[in-house]
Amino acid sequence: MAQQIEDGEGPGPDRTYRDHLAAGDIKIQKCAGCAEYFFPPRIMCPKCRSRNYDWVEVSGGGEIYSASAVRRKPDRGGDYSIVLVDLAEGVRMMSTVTDASPTDVSIGQRVRLEIGDLDGEKAVTLTTASEERGS
Amino acid sequence: MNHPLRGSSAIVGVGLAGIGEAPGWSHLELLAQASLDALDECGLTLDQVDGLFTSNLNNFFPTLTVGEYLGIRPKHVDGTNLGGASFLDYLISATGAIKAGLCEVALICYGSNQRTASGRLVTGSDAPVWEAPYKPRYPVIAYALAAARHMHQYGTTREDLAHVVTSARDWANKNPMAFKRGPLSVEDVLSSRMVCDPLTVADCCLVTDGAGAVVVVSAERARDLPKKPVYFLGGAAAQWHRQISSMPDLTVTAATESGKRASAMSGMKTTDIDLVQLYDAFTINTILFLEDLGFCPKGEGGRFVSDGNIAPGGTLPVNTNGGGLSCVHPGMYGIFTLIEATQQLRGEAGERQVADPHVALCHGNGGTLSSQISVHLGDETTL
Repeated sequence: MAQQIEDGEGPGPDRTYRDHLAAGDIKIQKCAGCAEYFFPPRIMCPKCRSRNYDWVEVSGGGEIYSASAVRRKPDRGGDYSIVLVDLAEGVRMMSTVTDASPTDVSIGQRVRLEIGDLDGEKAVTLTTASEERGS
Repeated sequence: MNHPLRGSSAIVGVGLAGIGEAPGWSHLELLAQASLDALDECGLTLDQVDGLFTSNLNNFFPTLTVGEYLGIRPKHVDGTNLGGASFLDYLISATGAIKAGLCEVALICYGSNQRTASGRLVTGSDAPVWEAPYKPRYPVIAYALAAARHMHQYGTTREDLAHVVTSARDWANKNPMAFKRGPLSVEDVLSSRMVCDPLTVADCCLVTDGAGAVVVVSAERARDLPKKPVYFLGGAAAQWHRQISSMPDLTVTAATESGKRASAMSGMKTTDIDLVQLYDAFTINTILFLEDLGFCPKGEGGRFVSDGNIAPGGTLPVNTNGGGLSCVHPGMYGIFTLIEATQQLRGEAGERQVADPHVALCHGNGGTLSSQISVHLGDETTL
């Protein structure tokens, strides 16, 4: 049976994720069937394949799973950080650490998620976790 | 009990063209040169090619463009794009197609002029919206993240990675065709320009021109052709992710799965394998694949290469042509693993010839550690 896109249902998960970011919220999907969090955005839970899910605000905590510094000439903007971060919710994202030298980011480091502006686009960025910021 | 595809097809002709630099030559011209050489080797002609297996980074419809250029009218084609792993996958699909009667003479071919045309590594990167804002420098960033994680988890060092480079160079120094030759030390690698930590430019594959072609027919037909047949013994594909951010564990690739299934088809254990040709796009690949294909325990790959095992004179000949690091890397390397393995199993590898090999393992990687294809090849004693 064909799955109709109902009027008023809103955009698909990919666009919804970015719309949330633009509105200042970091939300990921949580399966209504098996309670698994999942990312990147999908129309179904990758674990139990359920198409029922909720958008849930992340707790904001994460840990660096792997990190690299992309080397770039200073006149082209200098080195920048690319990391994979494991969120407290158990999902992994690509991101960048904004408050440390790209070569000083280490695996296992605790970080906080925030919404940054990368060349005019809202994206999840990371700061190194500190006491007063922790929840 | 044999799998129906085991030993059912054979590589009967191989060709190479424009390895290194081919100024003024297009990717199709190079591809056609290699294809004609491969057909000449086995006494077949373009008119007899009825199966075409090709993809590249230039053409949206690779099998159509290449078929037109070669002037052939194939009745079976496969242009599946698995990056550099594609050509190993084509050997599996060509074997299936020949067995099923869909074609009789399969031509697997590739050509690229990326070095002289653009001077840059041409990739098929298409970062999704949740990665694009960070400007990940693909493909190297993916492998850098895997290397960093492997170092963190298993104590692998930059010196270990450097030994992959020097081992490849030592083999290249025995191969007159290799693009990069001459002495190279671990210190040279360590002091090279950093690209994406922990990978330097020396940890990255070459950017060259080059073309390769492989002709495959049924084992029965192969016996009537002039070259010693190199038989398909087993092959398997595996994939667990596309983007590096979706790879479950950056230290374990789907080669663990493809390797096991290829072995199940061929009946060959790792101890039966005389030489390995694997896609060394970056130094961490070699370490990951040696572990995942069962040549050393997980986490021991760095020490395995630092102990000299894969260099000339070591226990396991790996990338005997010099690999993508020192011989040739025109964007999609996979076909060169098949060509080098064929030349070795025929005993035609000159100064770099491995002593009396019977079984070769070729392993292709595509995407960002995404597509993993393992193929076992053997001479007539393995049937």
